[in-house]
Amino acid sequence: MVSRKVSRRRFMANTAALSAVGVAAPFVRGAYAAGKLSVGFWDHWVPNANGATEKLIKEWGEKEKVDVQIDFITSQGNKLLLTTAAEGQAKSGHDILAQNTFLPARNAELLVPMNDVMDQLIKDNGKVNATVEYLGKVGGKWLGVPATVGSQIKGPCSRIDLLKKHAGIDIQAMYPAGEAPKADNWTFDTFLKAAEACHKGGNPFGIGLGTTSDNVDTIGAVFHAFGAVMVNEKGDIVIKNDQVRQALDFYKKLMAFLPPDVAAWDDASNNKFLVSGQASMIMNPPSAWAVAKRDAPQVAEQCWTHGFPAGPKGRYAPFLPFFWCTWNFSKNQSAAKSLLLYLSQSSSAEKMVAASGGYDLPSFEKLTTFKTWAEEGPPKGTLYHYPNPHNHQILSVAAAPAPHKIAEQIYNQGIQTQMAVRYFKGEPLEKTLDWASGEIEGFMRN
Amino acid sequence: MADIVASSAAARASGRTSLHKVMQRKSTIAFLMALPLILMIFILVAYPAGYAIWLSMLNKSMTKFVGFGNFDFLFKRATFWEIVLQSCIFAITAVIFKAIIGFVVAHFVNNIPTKGQRKWRGMLLVPWVIPAAMSTLSWLWLFDPSYSAFNWIFVHLGLPKISWLGEAGWARFSVILVNVWIGAPFFLIMYLAALKSVPEQLYEAASIDGATWWQRIWFVTLPMMRNIIAITILFSTIVTFANFDIVRVLTAGGPLTATHVFATWAFKVGIESGDIPLGATVSLFMVPILAVAATFILRDISKRGSEV
Repeated sequence: MVSRKVSRRRFMANTAALSAVGVAAPFVRGAYAAGKLSVGFWDHWVPNANGATEKLIKEWGEKEKVDVQIDFITSQGNKLLLTTAAEGQAKSGHDILAQNTFLPARNAELLVPMNDVMDQLIKDNGKVNATVEYLGKVGGKWLGVPATVGSQIKGPCSRIDLLKKHAGIDIQAMYPAGEAPKADNWTFDTFLKAAEACHKGGNPFGIGLGTTSDNVDTIGAVFHAFGAVMVNEKGDIVIKNDQVRQALDFYKKLMAFLPPDVAAWDDASNNKFLVSGQASMIMNPPSAWAVAKRDAPQVAEQCWTHGFPAGPKGRYAPFLPFFWCTWNFSKNQSAAKSLLLYLSQSSSAEKMVAASGGYDLPSFEKLTTFKTWAEEGPPKGTLYHYPNPHNHQILSVAAAPAPHKIAEQIYNQGIQTQMAVRYFKGEPLEKTLDWASGEIEGFMRN
Repeated sequence: MADIVASSAAARASGRTSLHKVMQRKSTIAFLMALPLILMIFILVAYPAGYAIWLSMLNKSMTKFVGFGNFDFLFKRATFWEIVLQSCIFAITAVIFKAIIGFVVAHFVNNIPTKGQRKWRGMLLVPWVIPAAMSTLSWLWLFDPSYSAFNWIFVHLGLPKISWLGEAGWARFSVILVNVWIGAPFFLIMYLAALKSVPEQLYEAASIDGATWWQRIWFVTLPMMRNIIAITILFSTIVTFANFDIVRVLTAGGPLTATHVFATWAFKVGIESGDIPLGATVSLFMVPILAVAATFILRDISKRGSEV
């Protein structure tokens, strides 16, 4: 656990050489003498979770004499996405704005490099995973600081009782609380057999195949586990390969055991399916479990969040980070960096994780063992494996390693889930691959 | 000197008089009163429309003018033509059903005695008055995969469950159904107003001539309502082609892309996927077609107006 505190002054001293154009100019003391800062953060769905962030920001503002204006912007109805697009177009808006997944790369030319902040944070908090680096660092430039708030792993959340009853799997023994996973047998074969058994038992897995994030994230991890690449890092379309065919074959088998309308599922569908008591497993961060705690406690006390099954090329899980980014038209960039440094310290991250009931996930490797995850329940320890504390799985994002502008479109238009549905509905595999290839070709335009 | 002063005073007086005259004109007053609205339309409609046209002519990274390059690109995409087809199916089917239902219900309501008519008119307008996003959310719950009320009823009647939003055909049916439910009251109220303006003497004369119910509808009601029907269909077609909220809330365009219409696809491509010029191009695609249709319909109406 990291305990070293980084004061704003020390950070300024360390980065003075890099910030020759006044970025690191010292503030003048006095009531709000260091100017104003406007912050647009993701509005947390967990009640009172915003409070921890707000408190930390206020503490920092008082200490640094900065007048901070905080807006919590909901992602409901794409409000945050629209705000980001509008601010980017207008070249005006918040000094710091939360941007998720591919948005920092989309706005790369409008964002202030955060290399100085990230160098310091990596030194203090440990490395970030390769997915954070892929999404947040373009051409050697860090586009934002990976945010604790809103970042998540979308791993399996299983019903302990139903998996045991229908598939004979003791998921708690496989992923014991407080211990390293004993999940060598937790492979795609086991997973398929369990899916079939649970389907037969009347409690199918609730894995969506719509075009929204939850659905795309799951299939993305499966593709990675098969080594199925559609577009390589150079931007070449390489979709017609055996790994992609294997991944689609796997999904075809899996879909036979899923509810019939999964092609129309959105990000709420799997949550509702779990809370309704029908699902024996969904792929989701602990939000569904938290809703069940409130609305269906008998379901919640049987939920266990754990790792993905392993495929032929490894065990991958989807990781969706938010980034705190600063626009290059921000008037107070030095204060923005100082605040981001403060919010990313271990003690701050721990407060945010606690306030979110374990939902929020820091991206730094030394910040995945807070006591919140070990203690949350019922059942106690249900979230222990959520932050991947034993690096048991490789954290990934769908469509990687394609160049961002292509990957973003593959991701947002759900090309992988669409392929799976087309193939499942009887379209010949090669025709599906041709269709996807044509779509991706369209994403190549500049 | 005195002449100069006198002539300039006369000029001032005549200037004042002509300004006074201009200000007294009904057309000037009307223009001034409409000016706030004109400004609002310019700011909220004309400027964004112009900006959208400009955006549609830029490359993906918005750094280069590409003329009609984005349209050329779209025309070669199979998915785009699927969206065109779906938008047409969605708009045409929905408008036809809204018109038929509106027409039939308007007749029923018109035949209710005046005393009880207000209640019915009020109740029947409810779907149109509720914000579409809200009522669509209610429909979403009715169609929901886990909690569908319709499926619950079906199961209790021993019928199989329907995958309302999971099968392309049913999903298209569902979005059209909701659109008809929301939009039919607009037709109803317009047709009801038109029905009330048909002189009763015409029906009496038709009855004396021995016209059947159908003949009265065909030869009296419909010709008298022609203009209203044309305008209502035109407005509704434009609004239905531009629909966003129903599809967005109910299916988000899925399954696959089976229920996407221009607006939802433009949002998907432009905002969600970060290709704003292409999104603008998708949203502008229907403008020329609808503009031509509107011109013909409005010309026909004004022609009939002058005949009358």
